[in-house]
Amino acid sequence: MIKIENLSKQFNGKNGTVTALDNINVEMHDGDIFGIIGMSGAGKSTLLRCITLLERPDSGSIYIDGNDILKLNKQELRKARRKMGVVFQHYNLLMQETVAKNVAFPMEIAGMEKNQIKERVNELLTLVKIGDKADFYPAQLSGGQRQRVAIARALATNPEALLCDEPTSALDVLTTKQVLNLLKEINKSLNTTIIIITHEMSAVKAVCNKVAVINDGRFVEMGLTKDVFANPSHDVTKMLLGIGEM
Amino acid sequence: MEAFINQYGALLLNATWETIYMTVVSTLFSYILGVPLGVALSITKKGGIASSPTFNYVTGWIVNILRSVPFVILMVFIVPFTRLIAGTSIGPNAANIPLIIAATPFVARIVEQSIEEVDYGLIEAAKCMGASNFQIITKVMLVESKPSLIRGLSISSITILSYTAITGIIGAGGLGNIAITYGYQRYIESMRYSTVILLIILVVLIQWLCNIWAFKADKRNRN
Repeated sequence: MIKIENLSKQFNGKNGTVTALDNINVEMHDGDIFGIIGMSGAGKSTLLRCITLLERPDSGSIYIDGNDILKLNKQELRKARRKMGVVFQHYNLLMQETVAKNVAFPMEIAGMEKNQIKERVNELLTLVKIGDKADFYPAQLSGGQRQRVAIARALATNPEALLCDEPTSALDVLTTKQVLNLLKEINKSLNTTIIIITHEMSAVKAVCNKVAVINDGRFVEMGLTKDVFANPSHDVTKMLLGIGEM
Repeated sequence: MEAFINQYGALLLNATWETIYMTVVSTLFSYILGVPLGVALSITKKGGIASSPTFNYVTGWIVNILRSVPFVILMVFIVPFTRLIAGTSIGPNAANIPLIIAATPFVARIVEQSIEEVDYGLIEAAKCMGASNFQIITKVMLVESKPSLIRGLSISSITILSYTAITGIIGAGGLGNIAITYGYQRYIESMRYSTVILLIILVVLIQWLCNIWAFKADKRNRN
């Protein structure tokens, strides 16, 4: 379970202080596919960067399995990070390494044994259905295939949660569907909590059982996807659904 | 032509070897020192993975100062130091000392530039996976910048090659030495031309090898 409490983050820029996240509270349960949707500049990326601790929030707590990751020291944090896999919009694969090496990367970092890594790499590549691409380089793959590699890599250390930052925003419609289906399958078979941060309503509709709408650094609406979409109360939600006015 | 080769062939061949020897040895050592220095310069920048502005500032200045001293002057200036290390101040081995000192900061800047080119998204991805800074350097930065580092190597080694010619002034041996003693002091025209031609061949060869190597090493090429 991931629980975020009173999370806030401000940036000091040239034009004064900007509040990127304003008192975010949310609980994500094991097995959820949780969508976080919002327009550009709503605070989606900042939220993701805070959950992954690429950015340190100003205040609040982030509990993963009951432990506040903001209170961990460097060593503990490095270990805790293995419980969370991250999938990026632009894949962020090592372009100079093979697919197999890319997937092996988090396991090498964790100091796993070579034989074990090899076995696990095969297992993961089969899971994401690119078992025949182990010795290819990312440049030789399509966007959808690259995202599959990234998903396999994110799953390598058996994380509790998979955090996906705009995972399909660089992909075409069909590939988007395939990648989303894959995430759904993973969620079902491994019971991994999946968090999808996106601006695409269709992605949320397709796979998320819960959704939170973020606007101006605040969650303006949150609940079961079917409820929120059937009864949107906030203007931003309506706009994202294409039924509101600007 | 035959008379020329009979008279100077062995001399030129030997000088070419000395030039290659000096270039290879000083390139090797300046990389052993320059790669860690270049990486340090890059990662200690503001926003880098080991941000340390003071260290970066001080190191940056030392590098700048060393780089702004003309090589001829540096070479003469450190003769006592060269003597201390190499036991002599003439010959290819002695020349390697000033060459390494001059080339290391140069190499550091070239390496720094290659490291900077690495996509920051990759470094953040590695961080998210719990990589230590050392792992980020060895498994991400140096791996991803490999083709760029190889292209940098061609620039550095050709610069070092041209430096070796300057060391000819203080009797270091090599083609530079021949060009000065035979081509300039004794004013033998054929020696002036032949040393230049040999140097051109070496430069072209280095560039060609590095180009092939960089292309083969770069997995972004769909081959």
